[in-house]
Amino acid sequence: MLAKRIIPCLDVKDGQTVKGTNFLQLRQAGDPVELGKLYSCQGADELVFLDITASHEGRKTFANMVQKVAAEIDIPFTVGGGISELADVDRMLSAGADKISINSAALRRPQLIDEIVSHFGSQVCVVAIDAKQELPEEGTGEGTWTCYLNGGRIPTERNLFDWAREVNDRGAGEILFTSMNHDGVKEGFACEALSRLASLLTIPVIASGGAGKMEDFRDVFTQGHADAALAASVFHFGQIGIPELKEYLRKEGINVRPPVRL
Amino acid sequence: MKVAVVKYNAGNIFSVVHALERMGVEPILTDSAEELRSADKVIFPGQGEASSAMHYLREHGLDRIIPSLTQPVLGICIGQQLMCRHSEEGDVDCLGIFDVDVKRFQPRRHEDKIPHMGWNSLQVKSEEFTLRSSLLEGTPFVYFVHSYYVPVCEFTIAVTEYIHPFSAAMQKDNFYATQFHPEKSGAVGQQILRNFLEMKSE
Repeated sequence: MLAKRIIPCLDVKDGQTVKGTNFLQLRQAGDPVELGKLYSCQGADELVFLDITASHEGRKTFANMVQKVAAEIDIPFTVGGGISELADVDRMLSAGADKISINSAALRRPQLIDEIVSHFGSQVCVVAIDAKQELPEEGTGEGTWTCYLNGGRIPTERNLFDWAREVNDRGAGEILFTSMNHDGVKEGFACEALSRLASLLTIPVIASGGAGKMEDFRDVFTQGHADAALAASVFHFGQIGIPELKEYLRKEGINVRPPVRL
Repeated sequence: MKVAVVKYNAGNIFSVVHALERMGVEPILTDSAEELRSADKVIFPGQGEASSAMHYLREHGLDRIIPSLTQPVLGICIGQQLMCRHSEEGDVDCLGIFDVDVKRFQPRRHEDKIPHMGWNSLQVKSEEFTLRSSLLEGTPFVYFVHSYYVPVCEFTIAVTEYIHPFSAAMQKDNFYATQFHPEKSGAVGQQILRNFLEMKSE
């Protein structure tokens, strides 16, 4: 049976990993290649490296780091941040990335998804969506989920579910959904929205934003029906160890790849 | 030991090269008949589309060279599929080493997502599984990314279940193949590659 995946995310700025709380405050958390290797040994199923400031500052590449990661790490990894055209994708894949993740560029020009899929295959194309649930107006029930550009800085007119469906239909391989309401808060993932995405889409959903304790990971799989869960600071600061997390999830009846004992 | 990696128009060949380098092997990346024939081991990796890959192989004469190799050969992912008779992907005749046809996954439920992507477990069928080791006891997890599959057949040596059982690994004579990516499968994958490299040439 296909396992649920645990994915540490390494937000990279100037060659160092950082993690923001609600996207704005940044703290140092180590060397991305070393940290990636450590996670791989501990049983992480994939890694994501996001050049978090790339989109904002218009920086294009962190290909040197990607090359090092590809040479040293033996699990799949995705890179994102600042990818806005096919040439960027080609450069990242040539540097050794298994998948690329696009975010703002896809919202600005959705056709980019089709182009990546037809050139490199759908498995290469992860579309990241940062969305925020607006507070509901009084008496109207649920607040709308709005997609944001540039690392959560600029709101768009796009609704999360409409955009996710379009991304799916354009042939993307996976959706990486970050709830801006939950990100950095450490009180659990956006399970309701995730569950809605799971029933709406035919491609895997990676849940991001909100991991604080091991139970949150259980819930994102059982209630959010996510295919993978992504987290950063709980791993970087050692609050949750991947081997213990996997042991816990297996006890809870969730099919995860066990850490390999050597 | 001389390890040759078949050079053709498939993506992700470098991940195999990197995996070999991590194990202290410096492979040569080549499409030359002479280099391939003189290697101790040949790896035929890749990710890509079957009909365009076959087109390239034919143009470079590799469609004749690969099936005629006599040393251990390991096909990976699309490498395994290209070693079969025919593929539904681009409706193309392949190398015909394994007398079986490659099919596309058809989802049966909403949860059946295509491509089959991620970590799934292997059930090793054959007692004689040459790529075995202690890491392969039980049902080890390995990494897959594919939309097409080889049905379970007489050459199947390991089975994985996704929508239905399919050939996760195959063998015929000196030809070995895995649908999964050992080079992306952590310690288990590294062990499989090491077992292949340590195999005796007939």
